[in-house]
Amino acid sequence: MAEITQNELVTYKANLDVFSGTLQELASTDKTILVVTSDSRGSGKLVPFGQKFPAQMVEIGIAEQNLVGVAAGLASTGKKVFAVSPACFLTARSFEQIKTDVAYSDNPVKLIGISAGVSYGALGSTHHSLHDFAALRAVHNLIIVVPADNFETEQAIRLAAQTEHPIYIRFGKKAMPLLTEDPNRRFEFGKGSVVREGNDLVIIGTGETVYPAVQAARRLETLYGIRSTVVSMHTIKPLDYELLAKVASPGVPIVTVEEHSVYGGLGEACASFLMQNNFHNPFKIMGIPDEYTVTGSQIEIFNHYGLSEEGIAETGLNLVRKTA
Amino acid sequence: MTEQELARKSVDYRRKILKYIVEAKAGHTGGSLSCVDILNVLYNHVLNVGPDNFKSPLRDRYIQSKGHTVEALYVVLADKGFFPESDLMTLCKYGSHYIGHPTRKVNGIEQNTGSLGHGLSLSVGTALAAKLDGLSYRVFTMLGDGELPEGSNWEGALLASHYKLDNLCAIIDNNGLQISGATTDVCNTDPIDRKFEAFGWEVRHVDGHDFGALKETFAALPFTVGKPSLVIAHTVKGRGISYMENQLKWHHGVPNPDQYTHALAELAEAEAVLR
Repeated sequence: MAEITQNELVTYKANLDVFSGTLQELASTDKTILVVTSDSRGSGKLVPFGQKFPAQMVEIGIAEQNLVGVAAGLASTGKKVFAVSPACFLTARSFEQIKTDVAYSDNPVKLIGISAGVSYGALGSTHHSLHDFAALRAVHNLIIVVPADNFETEQAIRLAAQTEHPIYIRFGKKAMPLLTEDPNRRFEFGKGSVVREGNDLVIIGTGETVYPAVQAARRLETLYGIRSTVVSMHTIKPLDYELLAKVASPGVPIVTVEEHSVYGGLGEACASFLMQNNFHNPFKIMGIPDEYTVTGSQIEIFNHYGLSEEGIAETGLNLVRKTA
Repeated sequence: MTEQELARKSVDYRRKILKYIVEAKAGHTGGSLSCVDILNVLYNHVLNVGPDNFKSPLRDRYIQSKGHTVEALYVVLADKGFFPESDLMTLCKYGSHYIGHPTRKVNGIEQNTGSLGHGLSLSVGTALAAKLDGLSYRVFTMLGDGELPEGSNWEGALLASHYKLDNLCAIIDNNGLQISGATTDVCNTDPIDRKFEAFGWEVRHVDGHDFGALKETFAALPFTVGKPSLVIAHTVKGRGISYMENQLKWHHGVPNPDQYTHALAELAEAEAVLR
């Protein structure tokens, strides 16, 4: 693992663009790949896909329950089906189809939640998916993946195409810097990635909160000499218990950060494991509190709730000082 | 199979449905008895599916949207050799795969159902896959008339005609009763035929207990090239057992020993007539 320097934080494309590009590359050689959309090809950056591979794209119309049910039927015949829809609708409107038609019936649909979390910003809470980890974690037989950067997104899509397991992958549409340029970087479902190492604090992020977590770690080191381990916990389920046990050194404070309600997401999943396995680290969950969010862009919402370099650093600092 | 042979099979199926429901002390008796003649004709006369080709991508598919009448499906699948009929002695018992709704843990079941309004979308996806791949298999699904208010049915119905899925046949087991009362009183979906026609389907009515009419109807599929087909099968809930017919309480009623004896006697009489 390479230590991240400012120079290595290269500005890159949106994870959404990487998803679209990767899928086009895969579909050019694998004719069993099928994209199913609910009038979401534009928002899913899939217009080029549809132009290049019209026979591998199925439009459902704005009917998310049908999207998932039809996707399950298609997947039952051996097709590699990517059902693409805004995460907010995909995981709420079609929750029962995900539970019954995909997970329970074990139809290996790849559910792709686009513009996830608060990506839609000021469009408001109808368009936010801050419930999806909580709801879907309780559904048996579903992998939940939240890639942080372009590398993780590309790997997640490639692995999803190969897996015969129902899977939900969600990401945003904002350009995301690479967390590291480490050439030996690896990605595996269920195995979190340590993107920075330190002994004073552990910050566990997922998705688009990992980058501000890295920034916060850098700030803490520069201003206070506090060295942090930062984990990209890209797989919410199955959670990487082995890594959690490894980073939870006695007494070291742990902060989790997620673009999700503080209820039922990454933080509570980590806390559940740690508490039940006799880890007693100081612990703080950062996310969206139990309210409909303040109006603003994704970044403004992140800043408002402290899911920012400054906010995460402050929470980490307070926890470290309280512990000392 | 001749109509008389089908009729004899249905008597046997009814006997077994009751036997295993009594054994399990649970089951959807009325609806199983209303749909079993349709399943009989499908599995013994229409569907190109059996234990030998169940893994074949070319097999016809049957997806039961009204999953709660799984007892009828179990009995027919056992008869077709998908699993030993003796397995059904475990119906709804601790640890059994034979639960009160279809699951793929049981050989011959295509999809897990039970929550209503799911079968049509699953069937649309499966039929669409055949069209995309140029395969000739057909997809059949059975819905209850009581489940039609589920909005997902109408989403599926729209898309089926949009993609011209003439390899798809939906059957409505139109027995007119659901758990709270008459379907027309609970949420009137009539006229079902005109609604589906407006959604781009070709619709036919049939007596769901008339083997000849059922055979003839399914032989005419697709009713129109380029359109999905709907069969509205007019059935009687509790059909074949006089005291159960059109009686709401037999939606998931379980016969007591006297009622069971009476039912078996009626089935024996029906069988005698067919000899």
